[in-house]
Amino acid sequence: MHTSTPVKLFAVLLAAILPALPAAGLAGPSSQSADIAPGVSAPAFQLMSSSGKPIALSDLKGQVVLINFWASWCGPCRQEMPILDQLYRSYKAAGFTLIGINVEPNARDADRFLKGTPVSFPILFDPHSQVSKLYQISGMPSTVIIDRSGTVRYVHHGYQPGDEGEYLNQIRALTQDAP
Amino acid sequence: MLQLTRRAHWLAAIAFALAAVGRADVLPDDRTDLLYHHFEGGGVEVQGPSVLVRKKIGDSVSLSYQYYLDMISSASIDVVTQASKYKEQRTQQNFGVDYLHNNTLYSVGYISSIEPDYNSKTAFFNISQSLFGDLTTINFGYTGGWDIVGKADKGIVQPFRADADRRNYQVGLSQVLTRNLLLGLNFETDESEGYLHSPYRSVRYIDPTVQRGYSYEPERYPGTRTSNAASAQLKYYLPYHAALDGTYRFYSDTWGIQANTVELGYTQPAFYSWTFDGSLRYYDQSHASFYSDLFPYANAQNFLGRDRELAQFHSMTVDLGASWQFQPRWARWIQKGTVNLDVQRMLMNYQDFHNVLDPAVIPGTEPLYTLDATVMEFFISFWY
Amino acid sequence: MRRINWRTWAALAAASTLLAGCGPLQPWVKPYQREHLADPIMSFDPNPIASSYLEHVFEVREGARGASGSVGGGCGCN
Repeated sequence: MHTSTPVKLFAVLLAAILPALPAAGLAGPSSQSADIAPGVSAPAFQLMSSSGKPIALSDLKGQVVLINFWASWCGPCRQEMPILDQLYRSYKAAGFTLIGINVEPNARDADRFLKGTPVSFPILFDPHSQVSKLYQISGMPSTVIIDRSGTVRYVHHGYQPGDEGEYLNQIRALTQDAP
Repeated sequence: MLQLTRRAHWLAAIAFALAAVGRADVLPDDRTDLLYHHFEGGGVEVQGPSVLVRKKIGDSVSLSYQYYLDMISSASIDVVTQASKYKEQRTQQNFGVDYLHNNTLYSVGYISSIEPDYNSKTAFFNISQSLFGDLTTINFGYTGGWDIVGKADKGIVQPFRADADRRNYQVGLSQVLTRNLLLGLNFETDESEGYLHSPYRSVRYIDPTVQRGYSYEPERYPGTRTSNAASAQLKYYLPYHAALDGTYRFYSDTWGIQANTVELGYTQPAFYSWTFDGSLRYYDQSHASFYSDLFPYANAQNFLGRDRELAQFHSMTVDLGASWQFQPRWARWIQKGTVNLDVQRMLMNYQDFHNVLDPAVIPGTEPLYTLDATVMEFFISFWY
Repeated sequence: MRRINWRTWAALAAASTLLAGCGPLQPWVKPYQREHLADPIMSFDPNPIASSYLEHVFEVREGARGASGSVGGGCGCN
């Protein structure tokens, strides 16, 4: 097979760079988990909510809290919202609460989405990415599950249909712990 | 009769194959597109429908099918000078499967293109991988093609058959540079082997023994062709909600053709549900080493070609498009729909291909050929 | 056709080692900062049915072909 110089150069470049990528943490599983680690105390924060009143994480101490970081431009986030709503309604009575933190700089797009897909759990707005940075969000969407004592227990990123099964199991386990 | 250049089938296949490759973090959206296309210029009119359907099966697999029809009515300069007007149809079908696993997207597909005197089969395979926090996506692809060249005379297929095979390798990288800037790099190598010319086409040579001064003899091409193309594309998000993009591509092959393509585009959403876009594309190429509009005598070289596709020329294309988005309330299962119209005006100026329909006393001094064409696509898309 | 000489190999090997020694580089555009990149107007190929047709129109009439597809960009979700 006759390969010209440009092809050879390109192939060599690729062969040289590709093996280095995992080592530089650019590819592979190690590059994914830069979020907050399970076992740490959930960082405190306070954000304005869609109801007009600010909500702080400390207000929710004593309950199992699921924080979902989402944006209206993120397909899997939009897909997940009705499912989170169902989760919230089912387990509200068992001492579980869910808050959706919208990470968009402008609330307008989020409002438009919520008009079409209303949810019953509180939506908080993080337009300056303060809480996203605090929780070291490394994927969209991101879900952090915090136990009754305020410790981060589970972290998920991305959403694939079926992930809600895992959330369910984790929430059940945590709500059964004595407050 | 006169085929679309045989490369058309191969190239169409590659174009369709690459169009099937998507991002590696999510499967391509489920959608259906219905398109009507129309080309008119240089005595040729080609029109027809095209349908593309894509649907996810489960969470990891996406299937796609595309049907494309060309209804060709040709009285092009090549046809008119060496044959007679003809009508023909070309049918193309693409089948594709995409499989997503973690952040890797595997795609395979098969494309078939059929017309009375040409049959082309293509198979492709592509891997697309997201890296580095999804800021980088790289993809590798391989495409193989097998063509059977035939011949038809006034619609009647002749007992002529030749083969041509091809192999194509693609490498691509896309990189998020900033919150507003995307870079795309592509590299492609193509190798073709076999019967690479047209059984209908001829070259011209000076012949003092006939009145018009020139005669025709069949063209003769090399049995192999290797080509390389590399391109870079930038897309920039303008703060008032619009997008700018620029592309440059360099091409060179073993037939001696070198070409440059530069394209600048602008996209502007407006009035809530409309999007307008425009682009300007400039293209130029040098001629193939064995190309000549008029050879000095018969059998002047080992290889002889007079296909204007191998000539030296430059072209400019202007493109304007409008798209309207809707959310049908009468069908809740349709998430979103668009109605689109795109029109292009293409002007091609040949520097060494002469228009023999405008005869001159001395062969080779006819005016240089120019071609202008209008292309149109009207399509409706919906996502579900 | 030039051969790749030892200097080029050495340079590439050096670059490769340096890259490996860098340690994990953090993505400079965070996942929650991709709202512009996720906008459909920033897609490299929003309508494959039309772009593949147009590419075909050019390839039939031009000697050059290829290197026209780009993937990636977008929301980077999942």
